[in-house]
Amino acid sequence: MRPFARLAPILAPALAALLLIPGLPAQTALAQGTQGPLRIEITEGVIEPLPFALPVFVAENAAAGQMAQRISETVAADLTGTGLFRRIGPEAFISRVTAFDSPIRYPDWRAINAQALIVGAVNVSASGQVTVKFRLFDVFAGQEMGEGLQLGGSESGWRRLAHKVADTVYSRITGERPYFDSRVVFVAETGPKNDRRKRLAIMDYDGENIRYLTDASSIVLAPRFSPAGDRVLYTSYESGIPRIYMMEVSTAQRRVLDDQQGIMTFAPRFSPDGQSVVYSLSTGGNTDIYVLNLSGGQPRRLTSAPSIETAPSFSPDGGRVVFESDRSGAPQLYVMPATGGEVRRISFGEGRYGTPVWSPRGDMIAFTKQNAGRFHIGVMRADGSEERLLTASFLDEGPTWAPNGRVIMFMRETAGAGGAPSLYSVDISGRNLRRVNTGGAASDPAWSPLLP
Amino acid sequence: MNEGRYSMTHLAKAALLVAALGLGACTDPARLGGGSGDGGFGGGTGALGDPSNPASIAYFNRTVGDRVLFAVDQSTLDDTARATLGEQAVWLSANPEYAVLIEGHADERGTREYNLALGARRANSVQEYLISQGVAANRLRTVSYGKERPTEICSDESCYQQNRRAVSVVTAGAPVN
Repeated sequence: MRPFARLAPILAPALAALLLIPGLPAQTALAQGTQGPLRIEITEGVIEPLPFALPVFVAENAAAGQMAQRISETVAADLTGTGLFRRIGPEAFISRVTAFDSPIRYPDWRAINAQALIVGAVNVSASGQVTVKFRLFDVFAGQEMGEGLQLGGSESGWRRLAHKVADTVYSRITGERPYFDSRVVFVAETGPKNDRRKRLAIMDYDGENIRYLTDASSIVLAPRFSPAGDRVLYTSYESGIPRIYMMEVSTAQRRVLDDQQGIMTFAPRFSPDGQSVVYSLSTGGNTDIYVLNLSGGQPRRLTSAPSIETAPSFSPDGGRVVFESDRSGAPQLYVMPATGGEVRRISFGEGRYGTPVWSPRGDMIAFTKQNAGRFHIGVMRADGSEERLLTASFLDEGPTWAPNGRVIMFMRETAGAGGAPSLYSVDISGRNLRRVNTGGAASDPAWSPLLP
Repeated sequence: MNEGRYSMTHLAKAALLVAALGLGACTDPARLGGGSGDGGFGGGTGALGDPSNPASIAYFNRTVGDRVLFAVDQSTLDDTARATLGEQAVWLSANPEYAVLIEGHADERGTREYNLALGARRANSVQEYLISQGVAANRLRTVSYGKERPTEICSDESCYQQNRRAVSVVTAGAPVN
């Protein structure tokens, strides 16, 4: 067995009040995996989830008992939540893992058909510093997969440690970039349908650690993360009309973006470099797309048509913008250069298309489609080809991409006087539709980048 | 279409407050429970005035008619709508101390962004028509609520048609220049 050689940098301990932990270079840590035969090819469509064993991580001191349990369960929940993995219950185990460095008895794990084995240990220091180390084993190859890693952080940040562990396992086995250590900003809703109260909220991708960023005194809509995850754009009625605001996530400090008297602005998104914002502005009843450089200057108009132009989203290289327009008579999707200019229609199927969002990988565009009385979340290639619908319901709307471009979260609203929205996620294959537990009604999710 | 079914307590209080403080038309409808488009019928006298008094806001809401309805995805005004707006213009010229906030709304069968833009179109249609009927532009402001503030909450056409609306919310105060 390979010695436990490599230690990842320790996460900064001060997490409690801040959302971002500087310190752990995720890419470095995740690039260490060697490619064993154990592999899930996501693109091929997984029918049978890969069985893994994850014995509760060893508590290396008395203080770590509960923490080891929690971290283990969260790592397992991340993996099984993808639909790609299935956890084997501990009652089936033949071997017990009592120490992190115990030799692995591969035949015992093969006998219960565990293809992957994750062994870990947790230590909680007197000062509240949590240390997690783990190893991933390819049971049938009889070898470790990648090298052991150690992560550290404060007690209050333990979920991030668990997500980082799960991210590493996911990446090593799938070859995909990770996404568990990420957040979602959304709109938390309460109250009846004709008097809904809306608050901006932020949570871990799995619905944990919900924190509210605004009170319910004004309608807020459609928050969007900056590429670094430190800022959020959203639309608020706090001035009486819809206007775009930019908020620092760590402090909840905000400022209005385009402050023209009486002018409605909405549907903002950051450029990939975080330096400018593309958005809709309505004047004289006409809605067009504008771009504003955040370092100063006047808004620049990108479209100029009597039709509605809204819901713009940059390509990841920043070169193009996909948006929604009803210039053909009904809302369809169009692409134009990020500087404006020639517009090309990309949606040609039946029905109405809206809320296009470019995938972080650049290859696909997710959208909302309305057809024959139903709403769908779908994806198409950036040129409009290979359209696929992933969901169908009374009202599915507003897709957002996981940082690795493999999963989409969206809002699903139920019909009727008691109807309410919830957040769901689905693979881009259309499988693994899941409701995200937000504790109450929720809409307009936007996924953060992978946290640092 | 003047049969609003929901109570107006929030708006009534707000209107009272505006009147009492002598403020301009600059209230925040979003903060008033969004009830600003819900009518004001059945409240009787009170902040909106005596509905039998033709100079009252209650009279405007109930008798003149404070809202017009639209077909799916449309912002054009039909004959009924133009008749209502004509009456609104007459009332506004007779009551020059009031300003109007025109709210554009959409039903729930569209995306949030598109419906915001559609509501802006609807509000603008009303604004332009009122101006064409002689109402001073500086008495009129518009806002779109998209699908955020339905008055009717069922999920079929009987409710949707009531929600595809533009509501003229009369507010006390001199014109904003």
